[in-house]
Amino acid sequence: MYNKLPIALGAALAVGVAGFAGGAMAKVEGDTIIIGSSLSLTGKYSTNGFHTQKGYDFAVKRINDTGGVKVGGKSYKMKIVYYDDESTPSRASQLTERLVKQDGVEFMLGPYSTTMTKAVAPVTEKYGVPMVEAEGASRSLFTQGYKYMFAVLSTSEYYLAPVLDLIAQRSKDDGKSPSDLRIGMAFENDGFSLDVRAGVLDVAKKYNMKIVIDDKLPADLSDMSATLTKFKALKPDILLVSGHSKGAATAARQIEEMKIRAPAIAITHCEAAKVHVKFPKSANGLLCPTQWLTNLPNSEPLFGDAQKYDKEFKVAYPEYNTGIPYQTAQASAAVLVFKDAFERANSFDQDKVRDALSATDMDTFYGPVKFSEAGNNIAKPMFYRQIQADGSYKNIVSSKDMTMPRKAAY
Amino acid sequence: MLDNLQLLFVYAPVMNVQMILDGIFIGAVFALAAYGLALVWGVMNVKNLAQGDFVIMGGYLAFTANNMGFHPILALPLIAVVMYFYGVVVYKLVIRRVIDNDMFVSLLATFGLSLFMQQVMNLIYGPEVQTVDSHMHVMTMFDEFVTVPMVKVVSLVLAGVFATAIVMFMTKSRTGQAIRATAQDARAARVLGIDTDKVYMLTFALNSAICGIAGILVSMIWVLQPFYGIVYSLRTFAIVTAAGLGNLPGVIGMSFVLGWVEQYAGIIAGAEWQIAAAVFVLIGVLLWRQIQMRRLRQVVR
Repeated sequence: MYNKLPIALGAALAVGVAGFAGGAMAKVEGDTIIIGSSLSLTGKYSTNGFHTQKGYDFAVKRINDTGGVKVGGKSYKMKIVYYDDESTPSRASQLTERLVKQDGVEFMLGPYSTTMTKAVAPVTEKYGVPMVEAEGASRSLFTQGYKYMFAVLSTSEYYLAPVLDLIAQRSKDDGKSPSDLRIGMAFENDGFSLDVRAGVLDVAKKYNMKIVIDDKLPADLSDMSATLTKFKALKPDILLVSGHSKGAATAARQIEEMKIRAPAIAITHCEAAKVHVKFPKSANGLLCPTQWLTNLPNSEPLFGDAQKYDKEFKVAYPEYNTGIPYQTAQASAAVLVFKDAFERANSFDQDKVRDALSATDMDTFYGPVKFSEAGNNIAKPMFYRQIQADGSYKNIVSSKDMTMPRKAAY
Repeated sequence: MLDNLQLLFVYAPVMNVQMILDGIFIGAVFALAAYGLALVWGVMNVKNLAQGDFVIMGGYLAFTANNMGFHPILALPLIAVVMYFYGVVVYKLVIRRVIDNDMFVSLLATFGLSLFMQQVMNLIYGPEVQTVDSHMHVMTMFDEFVTVPMVKVVSLVLAGVFATAIVMFMTKSRTGQAIRATAQDARAARVLGIDTDKVYMLTFALNSAICGIAGILVSMIWVLQPFYGIVYSLRTFAIVTAAGLGNLPGVIGMSFVLGWVEQYAGIIAGAEWQIAAAVFVLIGVLLWRQIQMRRLRQVVR
């Protein structure tokens, strides 16, 4: 039986090779535009990888069902080819290389997270492949002089900085000077959170607020009790924390445990970490930034406004009935931006599409989209919500909507 | 840095109470996992790089028990038993095959095991951060300045109970004696009729159970994620290397020292130095040992 093994292997190999040959695609095959994307479908980013994928798929299906993309008087369908980057940056750049070189893909949708986008962008840039990304927020992505990368989301320095504007406004209303406010903050020592911190530093300087604690949490630390002990001794007015879901969960757990009673606390990724479910006591009154709100008034013909998108997405994917993460909404918005650019370029020439992307100025259910020279979306602001005692999120439009000082229930 | 020292010793000396307590609580959890590692390392000469993943696995079992409506502390005996048998299976499948090989084979095998466990936990539980609520009271002292969560006190007590139980087991019971005999000289132990293969299996399974218990405590004190095992692996390695193998009081003492060093470094030098400080302690101990040993080495020469 062993002598049959080589034959079986050979057959398997032949099938494999045939599979690859068949898999080689051009950018536009017949009436289909093929777009590549390397997404984290396994590994530590896989949850958000799937959120992103569903956002892409939902928008592609909607576009295909409503007449497709019209270029040169002909209607084209969209199709996305996914590869799983296993949440590893080196794999993401290899797969992008493969998408472009072997599969002949000429347009790309972004991966999930700043880290992956940083790995993918140099490759797409090298081959002049236009990429619209929806999930890499770090400011540092837009200081590299990339010409072919466009991002629909607000960049990281806006995650917490505008919270200080709101708080400053509030203390002015209350007849106090913002310069009396003291800040204690802890940021994870990674690219994203340090960008968030840079934004905060600028605004604090503007109001002359004093930063009394400025800790950088190591990536493999799940304990911030030392920082919070210092916080209790110095009693600043504002606590700011950024460290993805782990940071949010750790902060929420220890804020409650150590009975931190700061008048204002703002944390990124509260919703992703589900702090309102897991730590309802400390979640009460937390200020949380978000890229998207379900009651935005902006709309376009395909999806309508945010409310309509929210409703229809939940029909298509009932598992999201408890709420759609903004990662999904911005992924759909990225596909809309591509469609719009194809139609305005009226061509599939990479440079023409790139120029059309660069000139984008549109309204979507996700908010307005208009790119700066560097490729980031400068039209859409970051939004803020405050967690209420019942665990719901209240939109904060002006400083008057905010409960401050927050009421701690422990 | 100076203002932090001032804060610590002049303006708010009560802070020290909080930090010493926190250091003890952190140390107690590490001591458990570190003792398991010292056992496996000392008896079998296997450096288990998957140590932290066993801890996280115990944490996820606690998470599962909690989801099914059982308080993790009540589920502790069951989780310890499950982890014990998991240890037996891992021993039979992997560890037994690498035990007589050189160090690098055991490092590679346990590193592979670590990756495997991470990915399986990721497949089952997903990559989100998970926590278990202990529903326990938080005590306060000094006008709420110092807070002591009951769950940490319970952890300390549990860690103490298990450490004592292990010491009793190792010194009083026949099996414990067999384990120590094997650690001293496996060949001699075999000659004297000890089934060393069984002793190895027992040791590894015991370590797995201890890690499971540490994991239950971790799930209620900190957070769980399939890929955080490495944090616990690193710290237990630092503790065991610094304390020396087979030195239980040393391992426990070193765990508390590490807990305190982390806390004080976090306040004085900033949180970014918290883990680095633990590694500096390790380097310091190794340097000191090196100097100490120099005399001995000259004699041998």
